[in-house]
Amino acid sequence: MSTPFYVSPQQQMADRAEYARKGIARGRSLVVLQYADGIVFVGENPSRALHKFSEIYDRIGFAAAGKYNEYENLRIGGVRYADLRGYTYDRGDVTARGLANVYAQTLGTIFSSVGEKPYEVELVVAEVGETTEQDQIYRLPHDGSIVDEHGAVAVGGNAEQISSYLDQRHRDGMTLAEALKLAVQSLSRDTNGSEREIPAERLEVAVLDRTRPQKRKFKRISGRQLGRLLEADGATTASEAEADANAEAEAEASGNDE
Amino acid sequence: MEANTRSTGRLPAAFLTPGSASFMDFLSDHQPELLPGNKKLPPVQGAIEAPHGTTIVAVTFPGGVVLAGDRRATMGNVIAQRDIEKVFPADEYSAVGIAGTAGLAVEMVKLFQLELEHFEKVEGAQLSLEGKANRLSTMIRSNLGMAMQGLAVVPLFAGYDVDREKGRIFSYDVTGGRSEEQGYAATGSGSIFARGAMKKLFREDLSEAEATTLVVQALYDAADDDSATGGPDVARRIYPIVTVITEDGFRRLSETESSEIARSVLERRLEQPDGPRAALL
Repeated sequence: MSTPFYVSPQQQMADRAEYARKGIARGRSLVVLQYADGIVFVGENPSRALHKFSEIYDRIGFAAAGKYNEYENLRIGGVRYADLRGYTYDRGDVTARGLANVYAQTLGTIFSSVGEKPYEVELVVAEVGETTEQDQIYRLPHDGSIVDEHGAVAVGGNAEQISSYLDQRHRDGMTLAEALKLAVQSLSRDTNGSEREIPAERLEVAVLDRTRPQKRKFKRISGRQLGRLLEADGATTASEAEADANAEAEAEASGNDE
Repeated sequence: MEANTRSTGRLPAAFLTPGSASFMDFLSDHQPELLPGNKKLPPVQGAIEAPHGTTIVAVTFPGGVVLAGDRRATMGNVIAQRDIEKVFPADEYSAVGIAGTAGLAVEMVKLFQLELEHFEKVEGAQLSLEGKANRLSTMIRSNLGMAMQGLAVVPLFAGYDVDREKGRIFSYDVTGGRSEEQGYAATGSGSIFARGAMKKLFREDLSEAEATTLVVQALYDAADDDSATGGPDVARRIYPIVTVITEDGFRRLSETESSEIARSVLERRLEQPDGPRAALL
């Protein structure tokens, strides 16, 4: 039996972090933005069935970049955590802060335990409040740290570049169409600065809409409604707003927007 | 790694283990003591006194289904509560109405709602209406031990079947036995009278408005002959809860809407106490 080489803790952590970051960078980035009526999740996703965004609880949504099987596992863990907590206490006792803490602990433990491979994921946990000020967005990188974000946040390999683009252009009180367009623009920019077109069919979009009458605020946006939002120019006219409202009613009438 | 969701530690292994999309299965593996069916009752003589809910009725119409319930809960001869709610949305396209032990019933509904929501979130798709009805069956069966001690829960489940594009009703017995009902159904102590009323008034081609009136008529007849069922309480402004499920989803009639129906039924009954008459032949 050979004696293992000594590796300093610093080196070991740096190697693990690099491993996780490389894994995350292989996938596409995604962005989460606040807009006037809630929070919008936008990402490029060629799959219709394997989602990057999903509902965790009434007001809480989840977004993830990186390795699918790993974040799916965390997502289901989060749904179980939230449902159990809401069942044991009350629906109001399930908060994004609590969930983000649990995720941070989980990711942190995995990251620093030598026996396990670090997770190649970066998460966003967002909760829509009654007002924009009460919205909460938490970013959770692979190592279990936790960052309280406001306005706009990007995760994934290209996150830094997209974030700086968003920070310059995002402002409070944007309409959904404006926020969505900004998100798509930020995602269309490649590392070398050139732009490419992302067709609507390759976009996955979901919102936490505080104006929804149901207690569950999460909603996917796709098909005609997404097309209309992408086409609408910045200042939405009254008739367009009405058309959007109609489309929303249609989408709800046709049932699950899965 | 302790199994503790109350602290903010790492998620226990059970949370991250791939498994069923059922919340009840998760609970029975992880915290079985939280399942209503697992409560241990001390041995008791005779039935336990607890508030009981009484009559629930349901009627299908082309395009949907109506589910309604009276508002009375009784404990023996005493009216325990005058404004209890016994009809609840189960999810977007279904509702459940409960007769039987009120406390257990409400807990069962809460778990049932969560079961459907949990499945929807984990799988990204809704259960079929049949699947939902079967799930409720399992839950009632798990309560059999308590049902034997007089704490029975007998729900009526109604929903819009998105695949078949029609409203459907399922009724249950205490053992969880499930049967689909054609046209109309009732459960609870006043159900025999309600069923009689619906039998005479039901038609295949009812409109939504006629169906909502029909259930109120049936509840009135149940209250007329069954002391445990409450009629519309005009003095306190407590009216039956009426819900409608169509392809647009679940909708509960507002208090104004249900009071209007109840008042028009009442007015007719002032002239004709036994209600509308069916033709002899």
